[in-house]
Amino acid sequence: MDSICTWGHMGGFWCNQPVRVALAVGGGAALVCAVVGLSTVMRRQAFAGHALADVSGAGGSASYLLGINPLFGFLGMAAAAAGVMEWAQVREARERDLLTGVVLGAGLGLAALLLYLDMTVRNVSGAAITVLFGSMFTIPPSIVPVALIVAAAALGASALIFRPLLVSTLSIDLARAQGARVRTIARIHAMALALAVSLAAMTVGAILSTALLIGPAAAALQVARRPASALALAVLIGLAATWGGIALAYQSYYWTPGRGWPVSFFIVMLIVCAYLLASAVARRRSGSSATAPLSGCQEH
Amino acid sequence: MFSAFMLHAWIVATLVAVAAGCVGFFVVARRAAFAAHALPLGAFPGAAAASLMGVNEFWGLAGFAVLGVLAIGQLQRAGRREVASALWLASALALGVLLLGLSGRYAQSVYGLLFGDLLGIDTRQMAVVAGFSGLTVALVAWVARPLLLDSLSSELASAAGARAAALEFVFLGILALSTAIAVPVVGALLVFSLMVGPASAARAFTDRPWRSLAVAVGICLATVWSAIALAYVTNWPVGFFVGALSALCYAAGRLRGGTVALAQVA
Repeated sequence: MDSICTWGHMGGFWCNQPVRVALAVGGGAALVCAVVGLSTVMRRQAFAGHALADVSGAGGSASYLLGINPLFGFLGMAAAAAGVMEWAQVREARERDLLTGVVLGAGLGLAALLLYLDMTVRNVSGAAITVLFGSMFTIPPSIVPVALIVAAAALGASALIFRPLLVSTLSIDLARAQGARVRTIARIHAMALALAVSLAAMTVGAILSTALLIGPAAAALQVARRPASALALAVLIGLAATWGGIALAYQSYYWTPGRGWPVSFFIVMLIVCAYLLASAVARRRSGSSATAPLSGCQEH
Repeated sequence: MFSAFMLHAWIVATLVAVAAGCVGFFVVARRAAFAAHALPLGAFPGAAAASLMGVNEFWGLAGFAVLGVLAIGQLQRAGRREVASALWLASALALGVLLLGLSGRYAQSVYGLLFGDLLGIDTRQMAVVAGFSGLTVALVAWVARPLLLDSLSSELASAAGARAAALEFVFLGILALSTAIAVPVVGALLVFSLMVGPASAARAFTDRPWRSLAVAVGICLATVWSAIALAYVTNWPVGFFVGALSALCYAAGRLRGGTVALAQVA
């Protein structure tokens, strides 16, 4: 591994400990987010995913106060919010939208309080930036194993429910007729969403993790014709944007001397570019041939 | 609590609450909670850009709010609505992080913009807020009827000669306007608590749309006044109390059996 340290001026990139940690944790987060994000976009739960991410920020802020591993803070709060939203489950779409909004507002209020207490009680001043916008190069290496276990758990849960979840997303009645336990599947999906979102919150920050969750999946759904290819494309976009973003941020230290540009900025911009490119491709294609079958379930 | 330096806070909060209540009624009726969250939060890099260029924060915020309306409107055409809001929000925030990083003003100003700072309001800011609030309320009054009709049944509205796309644009515009004013006061993250909680609770108290709007404004005022009082006593951030109180409002509305959809009512 150390032999690549001598590769030109990017050599230092691969041998830099913070960069290696960022590549590992970011890659895991991108992978999980792409997989979970696909069903999230198809189930029209983008707002719920975003709300969970923001609310998990309160957990991240609490971890400074309690002195625990921030990943557990993010995870605990995201799981609690997912639990509240599943527990108060409402059928009507309007009501679900409002409930999500209210949980989001309350969670952000809590985040405001906890960050304030971080500043006054613990004298941690940079917590707001770290929690909300992430700082990948300062992730402690001790988090890597835990983060990879969380990623594996979320992937396992998604794989377990992939087919029945897809069917129940397209038609709840069909899923019921096939004997799927729709309620249980929805709960497992909500928990996988909480895991994915907390990982993303660790890397790009609580309020930017929506990009990692929604962007690659929404871009893939615009062009892919089959679930498997959508999955592959979403994973590809997510990983490329994350690793590309880390590389660009590393390079940016040379652009503005002494001050690097934030990693989160590059990752989000790469994802948005991928989405715009995908919509352009989809628009050109819809002029010539039939639209992708998966986009049929996007618009009702 | 009512001393001179708190007076501005009370006045500005009252103005913002009235505007947020009026707009919140339509946010609830049109199921636009995500847009109501994305527009104020997406306006926050405007403040960073303004401070980089050395102009008044308000213009930066208003500029980015307008940009948000255009971006969401454009992205909505390509895909679905919540994806459009999510992508706009993410790109605006990423830009904000970059601008703040480059301008070198970090932690404290971010916290103020996101969660609000009621104590640092001067007379000029108060005048701007009053102007924007008045404009918001006037615009709401102007389009209220077609907007409500469109929210309840877009078929009915288009039969009555309203253009759905134009109405959506106007609605997003009003949303942006009312949020830009509120950002420095309750903060970007919590403007929308004021819009969603009180207005959804108001549905439980009355069946009539306009009465519901009035109740929403009333609950907004009660929320914001209690939040300031509690924040003054405890020294905790106002945003926390706004979020918690509006969640309580929502819960109270639900308990009162208030899931009466407006659609069944009109």
